[in-house]
Amino acid sequence: MDTKNKDKKINNKENYRLLWRFMDGSKHLFLLSILMSALVSLADMITPQIISIAVDNCIMGLEPKLPAWAISLADRFGGFAYLGEHLWILAVALIIIAAFRSIGQYFTGVFNNRASETLVKTMRDRLFRHIERLPFSWHMKNHTGDIIQRCTSDVDKVRAFVSEQLTNVIRIVVLIVFSLFFMFRMHVGLTLIAVALIPVTLAFALTFGKKMHKGFEVCDETEGQVSAMVQENLTGVRVVRAFAKERYERDRFEKKNEEYTKLWVDMGKTLATYFSTQDIISLSQVLLVLIFGCIFCVQGKITAGNLLAFISYNGTLSWPIRRLGRMLVEMSKADVSIGRIAYIMNSPAEADDPKALEPPVDREIVFDHINFAYENCPEILHDVSFTIEPGSTLGILGGTGSGKSTLMLLLDKMYDLPQGSGTITIGGVDIRDIRTEYLRSNISMVLQEPFLFSRSISDNIGISDSGITLEEIREAAKAACLDESVTGFPKGYDTFVGERGVTLSGGQKQRAAIARALTKAAPIMIFDDSLSAVDTETDAKIRDALSSRFGKATTVLISHRLTTLAKADKVIVLDNGRLVEMGTPAELKTAGGIYQKIYEIQAGISGKEADNE
Amino acid sequence: MSDPKTREKDEKDKYDLPFFGIPKMKPLLKKYRKELFWILFTIIIFTASDLATAVLQRYALNRFVGTGTLDGLGIFIFLYLLDIGIFAVSGYCNTKICLATEVSMDRDMRNAAFSHLQELSFDYYNQNSVGYIHARVMSDTSRIGETLTWNLGDTCFFLLEIIGSIGVMFYYNARLTGMILIIVPVISAFYALFQGKLFDLNKQVREINSKITGNFNEGITGAKTVKSLVIEEKIGADFEKETSNMFKKSMENARLKGVFNAVTGLATSAAVAIVLWQGGIIAREEVGTFSMFMYYAKNLMEPVSILVESLALFIMGKVNIGRYTKLIEAVPNVKDCAEVIEKYGNCFDPKKENWEPIRGDIEFENVDFMYPDGEENVLENFSLKIPFGTNLAIVGETGAGKSTLVNLICRFFEPTRGRILIDGIDSRQRSQLWLHSALGYVLQSPHLFSGTVRENLLYGNPNASEEDIAEAIKTVSAESVIEKLEKGLDTDVGEGGDLLSTGEKQLISFARAILADPKILVLDEATASVDTITEQKIQSAIDKIIKGRTSLVIAHRLSTIKNADLILVVSDGKIVEQGKHDELLARKGYYYKLWTRQYEDEATSAVWAKEE
Repeated sequence: MDTKNKDKKINNKENYRLLWRFMDGSKHLFLLSILMSALVSLADMITPQIISIAVDNCIMGLEPKLPAWAISLADRFGGFAYLGEHLWILAVALIIIAAFRSIGQYFTGVFNNRASETLVKTMRDRLFRHIERLPFSWHMKNHTGDIIQRCTSDVDKVRAFVSEQLTNVIRIVVLIVFSLFFMFRMHVGLTLIAVALIPVTLAFALTFGKKMHKGFEVCDETEGQVSAMVQENLTGVRVVRAFAKERYERDRFEKKNEEYTKLWVDMGKTLATYFSTQDIISLSQVLLVLIFGCIFCVQGKITAGNLLAFISYNGTLSWPIRRLGRMLVEMSKADVSIGRIAYIMNSPAEADDPKALEPPVDREIVFDHINFAYENCPEILHDVSFTIEPGSTLGILGGTGSGKSTLMLLLDKMYDLPQGSGTITIGGVDIRDIRTEYLRSNISMVLQEPFLFSRSISDNIGISDSGITLEEIREAAKAACLDESVTGFPKGYDTFVGERGVTLSGGQKQRAAIARALTKAAPIMIFDDSLSAVDTETDAKIRDALSSRFGKATTVLISHRLTTLAKADKVIVLDNGRLVEMGTPAELKTAGGIYQKIYEIQAGISGKEADNE
Repeated sequence: MSDPKTREKDEKDKYDLPFFGIPKMKPLLKKYRKELFWILFTIIIFTASDLATAVLQRYALNRFVGTGTLDGLGIFIFLYLLDIGIFAVSGYCNTKICLATEVSMDRDMRNAAFSHLQELSFDYYNQNSVGYIHARVMSDTSRIGETLTWNLGDTCFFLLEIIGSIGVMFYYNARLTGMILIIVPVISAFYALFQGKLFDLNKQVREINSKITGNFNEGITGAKTVKSLVIEEKIGADFEKETSNMFKKSMENARLKGVFNAVTGLATSAAVAIVLWQGGIIAREEVGTFSMFMYYAKNLMEPVSILVESLALFIMGKVNIGRYTKLIEAVPNVKDCAEVIEKYGNCFDPKKENWEPIRGDIEFENVDFMYPDGEENVLENFSLKIPFGTNLAIVGETGAGKSTLVNLICRFFEPTRGRILIDGIDSRQRSQLWLHSALGYVLQSPHLFSGTVRENLLYGNPNASEEDIAEAIKTVSAESVIEKLEKGLDTDVGEGGDLLSTGEKQLISFARAILADPKILVLDEATASVDTITEQKIQSAIDKIIKGRTSLVIAHRLSTIKNADLILVVSDGKIVEQGKHDELLARKGYYYKLWTRQYEDEATSAVWAKEE
């Protein structure tokens, strides 16, 4: 139990250290903002003093009990009596102070915003870049929605923590210290009365705040349920209609909705109690100051002007103190958010040994006794060994889950092959020793379900080469048999992927991904079932274009269509993670294995088809 | 520069409403007129007691400090405490009523929207994304509720505060009040001028923010592609461009807001300075009156700035009202006529006693059909008899329009010409619910609701017994699925059934359909890859559940297609061939091509299955 707590504390410390690093470039801005706000507070303190002097010494003509410099300053302007006759001078003084205050206020806001925006930008940028560099296995383990939430709402909470809560708490403390200073100088007894209720307000806000916090959580949770219910009804609208459950759905929704409404109505009572109690406390404080102020004033212990100043300070303090309690409650939530962000930032990113190599890759690729299992899963590859000659084409045939894509992910270092599970070498160099980015930029991989970015089609095709011309993009698209479809869109290559009204079909997406790979011209090309959604004729056309373009590239083709694999120099057949057949397509056709069986089925059909044509 | 997506959405939501759209909310305002009255009433009391504190303070200072006696201190304390009491009670009531009214309005709007959505036709769902509709139901309603209660209350409060302070000041010293008031119009004009700009900036900031979220989404879901293309740097740089943009806009926003606050502060001080300059002399006689003027002057400008903001919120609320109204006023494409509703009830209150039992004969009679957002007929003079018990298969490529017939038979859409007869009766002469009650629908991507497995199974037939459930599970061979679950039938399936695998969901949804025992069954076969054993289970489940019903299968499996009584072949939205399997094969047309390709795929995967 104890060690656990200690761990948590250490973790917390780590987390705040991370936050500190996130504040690179914004720390000084936050500090400036706080300093500026201290100036504003100071101005807020001076105004009542001037009014107090104006009333006591200038208007009422009382003997000034002021420091010598203040008296000599007044004398320079003609003395207190003269100022009393010419109050505009003091009014101008007020305006001048106000002008400074406004400037201070402006910069407080600007510095604070600059600081918090810098902080948010730093957090987002670092998170994004870190996420892009996290190993693929990390991505597979974590849910997209959860990561996004960490990058958006948790970032916002941390921002609020630093730029609103933390700085405001400091500001309010400064304000309290300032006003205490000025008030003490005027009258100690009245000061004590004025601040008597501050602890009460704070204590009340803290205890009640926790209760409200819980209430809000319940409300949020229920709102989530209401929201999920709408979502489910909308996505399941066909099921609802087909089972004629409109009534049931409506009643269920209305029940949940009512529950949510009731929660808030109850919460309303709590909130109303909270606010009105706070009102009572702060007005009581005003009343106390008034009563005792009047008594002291009548007793001659305090001047009228000082009393006005007291009343003024009291008013200045009451709102910030009311907010202070709520803020302290809110602040306790930030811990969680920082921890959630730290989870991402502390996950180790892909990193290469500084001595990593950049050998030529147009060499022989050897898979040597590969065994591999994904985390917490049974082994998916068992002792797989084969060689790809430089410049040759390897075909891989395998059923669902046979491990064929895994082999390629290993080659592209999407997953690290543990030591002792065999080796993959290129030209004799273990890929573990090759710089990851270098390796990947020399491998062009097209996936079965390609991912396109929400940018224009031309941006998507040319994404890996910033200097690419539209001509080159079109050429790549032509080779991938995509040009015709794209020029058919109203906006052509400027069509936005995912734009309303234009949906790329599965085949078009695959072809776009192929065109994207073509602009990269890497010495190793991998096509992982990347023509599955394209019809046979287009498939053949694209393959021709590819072989004329990449005659020299080492190519891996994964497909279940034997026509696609027919031109490969060598084909390996994977079954349940084992290499069961290997040879040229011609050899395998008659080897009596899986390849032959599939060949007979597919050839039979094609043969029939050919008969008809 | 702006994202084409958002631009289009803006166009779509443009919906001009007079008076901030508030007249559109008349029924709601009428329903809650009592509460609204109380909100206003408590606000008035609240404001009055707030203003009174300054008057009381004036009294105390004038009376005690001014005269140097403490006579009447007790009465003063009593009065002040009374005022605190009134202030607190009215504040309490206001907060409570406001919140209760707000959430009640939200509830009513959401209920209305939800009910209406149950009646809207599928063209609405086809034209609007789930996210879009969801936002209308959840966030627009809550914004409207907030506008109509809190914003209304705030506006009144600050307006009364301004008018009240001016009134009180005027009562005590008209000349001084006049001098202070010079500032108000100047400052109001300033606010009004810049508020629009601030608004615009705010909107832009929100838009960029959602773009950044989108970028995160892309960066995460596309991580594999980013890595294999080695474009981490480019993607990162592009992201930073967006966050820089965000920074720029936010700073613009912050500077403008800073100017706003600075000007408010300056105006406040100007008012205070005027009081000192022109009213300082009052302090000699009545220090309380002087302090009261100080108090009001100090608290006059902030309400003005907040008032402008509240008015701006009303303008913003117009957009929400517009969107909500558009949803509520959307007319269902398919509607039962008045006589039908009279006799058979609507979708919430069916009059089942008048329902004729359904046999399950379906007939298309000279049907023309065009989708509401389409440009040409996809069916022309189409006639087809589907007697009870027929097993009809619809085949074609993805996106070829295979669901059209299903949509028509289920009356999710209605023919543009001609009739669809159910048991020989035009389906428009019966209620939609009558037809839907006899309908089973099993989807390609099975949709379960959150709740337990049992709740999901009972969805179509709440009265099914335990034996029925067990029987249905057995029929679809889902026993092993249930056994595997920790709490068996009472296991929670998670939102959308996501705690189960696709294959498991598929089997449960079959069992659900069997329990409902529909006369007409629509089945959209899954193409999703499931493991071989599940695949076989699904296959045998399909064979079992289509027996003894009229079934329409959007078919992908050879056995389903081969054994169908009738096959419709769809291409490019139109029916190009129809007949039995052998006839169609013999014709060696489009069907033949589809069939062979399908055969190839399936035979190939069969080889792998055998190897396992």
